[in-house]
Amino acid sequence: MNPASVGPSDTPDPQVPAGYFDAASTLPLRASARQALLAALDQGFADPSRRYHDARRARTLLDQARESVAAVVGARPDDVSFATSGTQAAHLAVLGLAKGRGRVGRRILVSAVEHSAVMHAANASPDAVTETIPVDAYARVTRQSVDEAVAPGDVALVAIQSANHEVGTRQPIDEIGQTLAPHNIPLVMDAAQTLGRDDVPTGWNILTGSAHKWGGPAGVGLLVIRQGTRWRSPLPEDLHEGGRIPGFVAIPQIVAAAVALQEAESERHEESDRLRRLTMRLRNELPTLIPDSVVLGHPDDRLPHLVTLSVAYVPGEAVLAEIDRAGFAVSSGSSCVAESLTPSHVLVAMGALTQGNIRISLPPRTRESDVDRFMSILPAIISSVRESLGAGDL
Amino acid sequence: MTIDGHYDVVLDERGTVCPMPIIALAKQTKQTPEATILLLADDPAAASDIPAWCAMRSRVLIAAGNAADGHGQAYLIAPAQDSALDIL
Repeated sequence: MNPASVGPSDTPDPQVPAGYFDAASTLPLRASARQALLAALDQGFADPSRRYHDARRARTLLDQARESVAAVVGARPDDVSFATSGTQAAHLAVLGLAKGRGRVGRRILVSAVEHSAVMHAANASPDAVTETIPVDAYARVTRQSVDEAVAPGDVALVAIQSANHEVGTRQPIDEIGQTLAPHNIPLVMDAAQTLGRDDVPTGWNILTGSAHKWGGPAGVGLLVIRQGTRWRSPLPEDLHEGGRIPGFVAIPQIVAAAVALQEAESERHEESDRLRRLTMRLRNELPTLIPDSVVLGHPDDRLPHLVTLSVAYVPGEAVLAEIDRAGFAVSSGSSCVAESLTPSHVLVAMGALTQGNIRISLPPRTRESDVDRFMSILPAIISSVRESLGAGDL
Repeated sequence: MTIDGHYDVVLDERGTVCPMPIIALAKQTKQTPEATILLLADDPAAASDIPAWCAMRSRVLIAAGNAADGHGQAYLIAPAQDSALDIL
């Protein structure tokens, strides 16, 4: 009996279907968050800025949610604002810093492997010039590459994710923060893959995140701006969320998001050790089971729940369809899967094979028996897709 | 920029998409392991996948550039020089 297949965390969360291995895209709502959401729909409906009983109760719920999220990310409650999505948070982080620092610098430096939300916001910043910081073959930004990128000066901001969403490599955020601090250059960190799953680095000035990725509801993003950061809203004036996020605040969803993050945090250490052993097994065993395949990303300094593999001579789309038929949900950065029909910019930037790309991201409480079953079906799927293309014996 | 260099075989994979250009390259390599291959392709994934495949299969991408007739890209792929033999 394998130790990872016993114990309390072996009980699958009733919300997560067995074989759902796309946790990096989204998670179903945690049971605790669902309860909190239902309670807060009744108790937190009122406008928190008003002066009556229901308003005060709504405000208390919002304050408590803010405090609990602030403690997890390592910030003051006043630094935390709730956006309507992780994408909105990323857009506002970049656009607002570019605006606030427009007189100091015009260059926006983003790692070549950022989420597209960050890339698009950088490209949409008026009067700014976007440049990418190259990564190594593990998709990692090095401190040296950041040093070289900032050396010419005129920098508005640097945006580097906490860890890569496609291949799982952690970025050396704390080191990069030390490089940038003496120049007073703010660092935007997209922490979408890290929150609730891994240690949150400290070297950032603005942090963004997305609640549905840690088992909270969709419709809640995190925009955390440390005191003293020169950020100015790029949007029309509005007083909600400290003037950072326009519109009526979705208190029930925010309460549910905070409860889900708290739960993810409380089980994270035990859970991440367990998931890391499962993903390490996948990393070690899949390339031996599938000839001409390669696992991507850093071997050790990586997210606990995510494994990515590229397989030669197969289209990602066909492989995903067969994997789905076998009862598993995974994603792919291959060109045939993308609407644009171009391969993922992350895979291209790291010089990786882009065909037959399979990202496996394990939700909390994944059972080892499901991982075993996945490893038992994948080699035959690859063989049959290769056979169908006349590539069975290369 | 077009590319120059000696080659033994031309594979025209223009109009096919991932993973077909790499499958053609692997098949040709299996048939004629000593040959230097000029691969023509216009699939956007080929630009990444050809060097990645070469690294995986110990081949060398000698040059890459625009195809001579202006349609798509050309990649010149050769067997790796065996450095141990060079030393002997």
